[in-house]
Amino acid sequence: MTAHSTVPPEAAQVRAATAVEFRNVDIVFGHQRARAFPMIDAGASRDTILAATGCVLGAANVNLTIGRGEICVLMGLSGSGKSTILRAVNRLNTVARGEVFVHHDGTLIDVARCEARMLRDIRMRTVSMVFQQFGLLPWRTVRENVGFGLELRGTPTAERNRLVDEKLAMVGLSQWADKYAHELSGGMQQRVGLARAFATDADILLMDEPFSALDPLIRDKLQDELLDLQQRIQKTIVFVSHDLDEALKIGNTIAIMEGGRIVQAGTAEDILLRPADAYVAEFVKHMNPLNVLRGNAVMTPASALRRDDGAILLGRDGQVRVVIDGEGRPVSVSLNGREGRLVAADPDSGAVAPAADLIVAPLDLKLKAAIALKCQTDHPILLVDKLGRLAGLCDDEEIYRGLLRRGS
Amino acid sequence: MYDWLVDHKIPLGQWLKAVVDFLSTHAQAVFDLISAVLGWMIGSLTDLLLFVPPLLLIALCAMGAYLVHRSIGLAVFILGALLLVANLGYWDATIETLSLVLCATFVCVLIGVPVGIAAAHRPWLYTAIRPVLDLMQTIPTFVYLIPTLVLFGLGVVPGLISTVIFALPAPIRLTHLGISSVPSALVEAGEAFGATRRQLLFKVELPYALPTIMAGITQCIMLSLSMVVIAALVGSDGLGKPVVRALNTVNVSMGFEAGMAIVILAIVLDRVCKRPDRAARRSRKA
Repeated sequence: MTAHSTVPPEAAQVRAATAVEFRNVDIVFGHQRARAFPMIDAGASRDTILAATGCVLGAANVNLTIGRGEICVLMGLSGSGKSTILRAVNRLNTVARGEVFVHHDGTLIDVARCEARMLRDIRMRTVSMVFQQFGLLPWRTVRENVGFGLELRGTPTAERNRLVDEKLAMVGLSQWADKYAHELSGGMQQRVGLARAFATDADILLMDEPFSALDPLIRDKLQDELLDLQQRIQKTIVFVSHDLDEALKIGNTIAIMEGGRIVQAGTAEDILLRPADAYVAEFVKHMNPLNVLRGNAVMTPASALRRDDGAILLGRDGQVRVVIDGEGRPVSVSLNGREGRLVAADPDSGAVAPAADLIVAPLDLKLKAAIALKCQTDHPILLVDKLGRLAGLCDDEEIYRGLLRRGS
Repeated sequence: MYDWLVDHKIPLGQWLKAVVDFLSTHAQAVFDLISAVLGWMIGSLTDLLLFVPPLLLIALCAMGAYLVHRSIGLAVFILGALLLVANLGYWDATIETLSLVLCATFVCVLIGVPVGIAAAHRPWLYTAIRPVLDLMQTIPTFVYLIPTLVLFGLGVVPGLISTVIFALPAPIRLTHLGISSVPSALVEAGEAFGATRRQLLFKVELPYALPTIMAGITQCIMLSLSMVVIAALVGSDGLGKPVVRALNTVNVSMGFEAGMAIVILAIVLDRVCKRPDRAARRSRKA
């Protein structure tokens, strides 16, 4: 609250879209925290700090802003500090230094320092959590587990039952309401965990490796269900994962952590195409880029294409001539003087009419779809923005470059 | 050297005696009050149980056991066992012993469960009380029987106090064990949804620890039962009395019959207090 008033108005507006913000957050476990601070500032590693002070460095100098309605994935190997900073959002872990702001009732509250009553209010209404090992209470039925948060909040029974039934239907467990948690499979138990987290209608959902304990098929299914649900409910989700495929599939933004520090935060494409350091590069080396990369990440921009008298020349000898109108829209094409056909492709399936000479596709065409198009027709692909203006070219060379992960 | 050591005896016993004397002269009213309350409690329970016709009470016990455990075998066993006790002529004594055991267990739970919870939440407290608990269980019963006798007078109350001292460590230990073995994941789940300390205790910790606490209470009952003979020495009524009398008169048959009645009571209480199958199955799987 106090931090809000000191912020200039334009900054406050930016913040209104912020759900969670970490500002210079250090998390240290141990007694001699004060001695560890100067070492953290000097950039000392976790081992050095442990040897010198006996403190375990959980996270150092974490700065991260998560927008409302966004899915942010905290990524890293075990021990990299991803769960540690996740748990600072509802103060299951104490922050040694820095601030963790959470958007609560229209203001940003510093969870790291707020008083107990406010913390409880935030935990009851704004931030809920899904645990890796589900954290279900074994002596309670599924229904009673889902209603747990509401019960703590003191919601009247009738209202609680209504909400619980609604959430159970949402995760498809209505028929299981009166079973005990252990009578369900792992995937179902985690759906109970999800329903419990949804039940309090919190805006921010913390998910601590929620699908890691499940087998791959179930995991994939639950990821799809989560994305599907997210379409409808638009929560802010902070998701911890050690699985890069999962991170790339789920996350709008991804923060990669190592040794308690964030080494790179950005979109999936950023991380794939422009890894910040050798660690990240090593991490993403074996990733399948097809589902992540889109045309705009690999294309040769329109400004870099060869031009001749207002038209754009493609092909090695410039035998393909694309005429652009005043708005920048491609209007016609001629091949060696013969009039060609300009055909729009379906962006999802990559299907295109057979008699095309040049393909037009939206800018965010997936690389996978682009390859399918090339394979089918062998024609160059022109990428256009939402207004139909030419943005760039995606041809063999661009696709190969993208696959080899050499940023353009 | 050795002579010097022997000559300069530390008056350990004298000190304790001084404490007991001090208490009995200055705080006698307090002990009288405690004595009156506890005596009244046991007396009324005994009267109540004896007011019911024995055969009706036996039938009620068997039916109650059936309702809780859904086991015909157990009900039949309890019926037979209690009828045998009545047949031997120890019904009144059994009831007196039962009310002593129940009162002792009640007091133990009243003190032991809160202490166990407090100790589980504060490791230093458990470190502090552990030697006391060890002492309570190892020190020979007769040793503290003497001061309790001085403070509370003859009768059932010093018997109850001695029984409580002996049986109290069991519920404390098992409550501590139960509460401190609650998985941190469950505690965190409670915290993450905004549970207060009280909600955490009543909605997460106690339900999780309940089977262990119940085991502690069952153990407490058994330990109390093992004290009936000792309690009889200071004047408690019950099954201990015929045993003591049989010992003094070398009466083999009376000693055997009374001992048999104690064993039967112990088995019946143990079977009844065992957790119902449903709960057992649930916690095993979980």
